[in-house]
Amino acid sequence: MAFQFRSRCRAAVIHGESRNAMNNEFAISARGLSKSFGDLTAVRGLDLDLPRAQIYGFLGPNGSGKTTAIRMLCGLLKPTSGGAQVLGLSVPGSSDALKPRIGYMTQKFSLYGDLTVLENMQFIADIYALRRQQRKSRIDFLLDDYNLSEKASQLAGTMSGGQKQRLALACAVLHQPELLLLDEPTSAVDPRNRRDFWSKLFELADAGTAILVSTHYMDEAERCHRLAILDHGVKVADGTPAQLQASTGMTVLEIHAQSPREAQIALLANTAIASVTQLGIRLRVLVSDSHKDAAALVASTLHEHGIQSEITKADASLEDVFVASTLQSAEER
Amino acid sequence: MRPVRIFAIMRKELLQLKRDRISLAMIVGIPIMQILLFGYAINMDVRNLRAAVADQANTHSSRQFVASLAQTQILVIEKAVATPQQLQDLLRAGQISVGVHLPFDFDRRVLDKHRAAAHLLVDGSDPTILGVANQLVNVPLGAMPAAQGLSNVRNIEVRPFYNPERRTAVNVVPGLVGVILTLTMMMFTAVAIVRERERGNLELLINTPISTAQLMIGKVLPYIAIGLIQLALAIAVGRTLFQVPVHGSMLELYVAASVFIAANLSLGLFVSTVAKTQFQAMQVTFFVLLPSILLSGFVFPFDGMPDIARWLGEALPITHFIRITRGIMLKGASISELSHEILALLAFTTIAMSAAVLRFSRRLD
Repeated sequence: MAFQFRSRCRAAVIHGESRNAMNNEFAISARGLSKSFGDLTAVRGLDLDLPRAQIYGFLGPNGSGKTTAIRMLCGLLKPTSGGAQVLGLSVPGSSDALKPRIGYMTQKFSLYGDLTVLENMQFIADIYALRRQQRKSRIDFLLDDYNLSEKASQLAGTMSGGQKQRLALACAVLHQPELLLLDEPTSAVDPRNRRDFWSKLFELADAGTAILVSTHYMDEAERCHRLAILDHGVKVADGTPAQLQASTGMTVLEIHAQSPREAQIALLANTAIASVTQLGIRLRVLVSDSHKDAAALVASTLHEHGIQSEITKADASLEDVFVASTLQSAEER
Repeated sequence: MRPVRIFAIMRKELLQLKRDRISLAMIVGIPIMQILLFGYAINMDVRNLRAAVADQANTHSSRQFVASLAQTQILVIEKAVATPQQLQDLLRAGQISVGVHLPFDFDRRVLDKHRAAAHLLVDGSDPTILGVANQLVNVPLGAMPAAQGLSNVRNIEVRPFYNPERRTAVNVVPGLVGVILTLTMMMFTAVAIVRERERGNLELLINTPISTAQLMIGKVLPYIAIGLIQLALAIAVGRTLFQVPVHGSMLELYVAASVFIAANLSLGLFVSTVAKTQFQAMQVTFFVLLPSILLSGFVFPFDGMPDIARWLGEALPITHFIRITRGIMLKGASISELSHEILALLAFTTIAMSAAVLRFSRRLD
């Protein structure tokens, strides 16, 4: 069993390599991509390089421009300026030629609620004009692989959030696209289904599919091979999760204090302290590396206010990265 | 009882209405447009019926009689033909409402109180036209002294064609079929695209390789079949319960109806690309439905309406379809005699479909 698993992985790697050799470019490479709606600039000067056979995350709060960026990349929105090469085709110019080669999952469930699971899949297969033999084998495979066989004759509208999302992904990959664009695919899904969903994404990436997924969940962002943090339409950080965690430019401290609320107010009054977040009875504090001894700074601030505390140093989490990078971009704005 | 809650609902309703442009336009548009339409269309004092003359006598007195018919302004004499058969052809094709036939021996007949000197061939598929034509029997047969002496004699004979028994069902059913199809067909497609937009299906669909034309044609074709089933039902009921005849070819009726259905479906699709919500799409459908009833010749005779109303009527598919159904069902006309009506419907379909395809955007901005 273990051997089998390993050989499957190797096959996937070889497959991925051969694809890269065939076309050495990135799946997506965008330069200066911008989109304005009237006065509002939703995405500003986005540069992006998305490798093949990897999962690339867009992390950002609601309204940070994730959806707008994805819609520009698949040709649904025309950029105000800038452009992108997607699978070697220029967007928005060649978006018609691009459509058969990408899969797209909308934020909101967008299949037909009044069709059954099987009817929805047959519809999508026909829209992509799959040949009859391929149509049947792909649908049978996906029904089984995505645990939908028993639901095949159920109306899609009556399924749970997790089931709908499995169906949506199954339909998005039905035509075996080279690139998957997933817009907050797990926002209506419980944690267990999210985990299953992500294991599917890793399978697809191993088989050579490039995946761009937007999320506002930190734990999901951590699973991506690479990720970009978006804030107010601007990319504020870009790299592997480990790289990002190692280069926050901040010292992370955890503080146990008797009255965390008072301690938080005291610390926020000190402008040298970048951020204070309460986590239950603990406080998580970010101090810029420009201050030599962050722990001493925090200790003296709390001491001045007569608050007893215990301070420990911590590793930066992705949430700390997010807070740190959005703080910097706010200062620059 | 807390009035503040009632006010909260009232305020919310008005705020939502303020942001719904089409509904706002309808609040103003429906009363003004519809009153105008009614004002133009309702005209019991019908004038200017299209007519043709077959003056086989061609004498001084016959020409004078034709002139005095024209002077009544009830008839507009648009054509002169040689034989009464040609008058019937024109009637059947719906090109005239009244045919005036003056036989070779018109001059002698004028003096003969037992024989009609002139025949009025009247399109009886519209009862109002028949009523108006009946007024014409009082037109004097020229300024001839002899004729004046016999002025109490009815020397003009009115021959109603196509519905000699003057049964209402025979008049109503062919037009009603058009009204039913206009309403249901437009409704089906008017909500078609809007519904997909509202439910979010469209964002997925426009990201697939499907082209706009494929999407539009795929949405229209199944409803043509549904429309034909509706037509079959309406005709079956009309025939069995109300003895409405179908004198012409049933096959030709279905062919013509397919074009008419396609015209309405295309118009519905166009509405669908303009409307933002299903509610707006329904409103626009009703906005089109009322003139379709009033200006199409279904209720009021087309000839009696002023120019503006007639131009509007000509722009509606149902006007052409009612001429086709009355032609095929009541007059036994063939599709070739009605070819210009079919062409008008084809032109309408092409324009509406092109407009829908052009307006439909495969992008979201």
